Amino acid sequence: MAIEKVLGIETEYGIVGGPDHDPITASSLVVNAFAQPGMSHVNWDFEDEMPGHDARGFPAFTSVAPLIETHLANTVLPNGARFYVDHAHPEYSSPEVRTPLEGVRYDAAGEEVLRRAARAANELGHYPQPIVVYKNNSDGKGNSYGTHENYLVERSIEFADIVRAMVPHLISRQIICGAGKVGAETEAGFALGPTYQIAQRSEFFEEIVGLETTLKRPIVNTRDEPHGDPERFRRLHVIIGDANMSQVATFVKLGSTSLLLATLEDFGTSAFPLPPRQPVRAVRLYGSDVSLRASVEDEEGRSLSAWDYQDALWHLADQYVGETGGSAVAGESEVAFILSTWRELLDGVRDDRDLVADRIDWVAKLRLIEGYQERHGLRSDDMRLRAIDLQYHDVRPERSLAARCGLRELIAPNDIQRSLAEPPRSTRAYFRGRCIAQYPESIAAANWDSVVFDLGADPLQRVPMMDPLRGTAELTEELLDRCTTARQLLDELGS
Amino acid sequence: MSEQEQVRKQRPERRTDESTAPEVDATRGDQIKADLDDLLDEIDEVLEDNAEEFVRNYVQKGGE
Repeated sequence: MAIEKVLGIETEYGIVGGPDHDPITASSLVVNAFAQPGMSHVNWDFEDEMPGHDARGFPAFTSVAPLIETHLANTVLPNGARFYVDHAHPEYSSPEVRTPLEGVRYDAAGEEVLRRAARAANELGHYPQPIVVYKNNSDGKGNSYGTHENYLVERSIEFADIVRAMVPHLISRQIICGAGKVGAETEAGFALGPTYQIAQRSEFFEEIVGLETTLKRPIVNTRDEPHGDPERFRRLHVIIGDANMSQVATFVKLGSTSLLLATLEDFGTSAFPLPPRQPVRAVRLYGSDVSLRASVEDEEGRSLSAWDYQDALWHLADQYVGETGGSAVAGESEVAFILSTWRELLDGVRDDRDLVADRIDWVAKLRLIEGYQERHGLRSDDMRLRAIDLQYHDVRPERSLAARCGLRELIAPNDIQRSLAEPPRSTRAYFRGRCIAQYPESIAAANWDSVVFDLGADPLQRVPMMDPLRGTAELTEELLDRCTTARQLLDELGS
Repeated sequence: MSEQEQVRKQRPERRTDESTAPEVDATRGDQIKADLDDLLDEIDEVLEDNAEEFVRNYVQKGGE
């Protein structure tokens, strides 16, 4: 049986403004402005971080050891998320959750964190150019920053099988999950010459498989850093994907990918459509084609469009759910909702885009771009169209264009607000978040798979959490309710 | 402007109720057009004043 698909999304936000227009300073100001009093000292524990480990099993001689930026702002939130400065961006890494819908909730909570954090930073600083953050993935000038998804996968699945099975989905899902973009910004993009692309990041991918994330970006990233028991788990680190403003798009992105990973675990690779002969060419071509008619040859020479791939993958997932129930991904009604929504988006994007303009970002954005262009008689390279593209992703409600498009919401605004302070109940993020909220003075550091306590005179005590499905509310809520101090908690855990 | 306002008045709610039967195509087409017109009016109001400068100054460092 497939293992339960614990998942999460990390998003690097675009940032402008602040003192001297320095993005690192601005990012630090944003993260620090949000850090709660008494909690800004909670460090990230790097003990188990090993981003240089390669899932293909060989050490990464080509990769430079990561710079550990402990001096940069880095905080753990009471909802179990990590909020920190990564390179020159504020990054929100959502807590681990158990279902795609929870994933949407904590991704939306991240937007709210950034919104509040930037507002707080501006109130503290009064900068001539206020700090503004954008939930997007490129600056239109050849610089891209990531939105990465993470999925728990059984260790026994061969990495080569993950590549073979998942490449068709990772290159074609952009037709429903792409965030859209005006023009092109890389040599590969210029060569295709689109005026509009369905995804922000597709033109940035150069390899099929690899360890890098900033150069020679691969469709399947091999970083082998399970943040859990390495004997039992893999964490598939998906770096190809856009940040979505549409909650429905985020939902289908997480839901379809989780279902297909569970399908791989239970059915094996032979159930999957064959990958294209040239996946890199395919992802760029599909990404640059709003007609969705472009096709590429699979390994046996059959011609397939992105839509054809998605259609085949949907049928496979549907069959999987029919035979197994899909409980590795979510409960019955949520799984049914994933399949029905995925299907609606696929049919709509081919047959009637007006029906899905409230759920697919690239369709919603393209309507704005084309409508505005027509109304004002603009050329396709007019800067106002690029401005609309950027401003679609502005997280401030008074400026955001996405907020004006009538995008359907899956999570009620009140629930999003609550999710800033409340961790998900379904994973170890519950234990992490509650400890942060309850014993801030006694926590020296935290990370995905541990919480480190500092009780003064004693040596630091590390509570490991190597299984993402332990530390849930079900297992720890009573204990945490009972223990008013960290010492009491550790005594009870130790006894 | 007055023409648009008229269109706006005819429209019931921005969000359509999923449970209602689909309207005939002509009406649906009009509605979509009216919604889009409203949206474009809003963009005219909130779009950054100097689009060229805004786009030029939006420069990010790569990440990940």
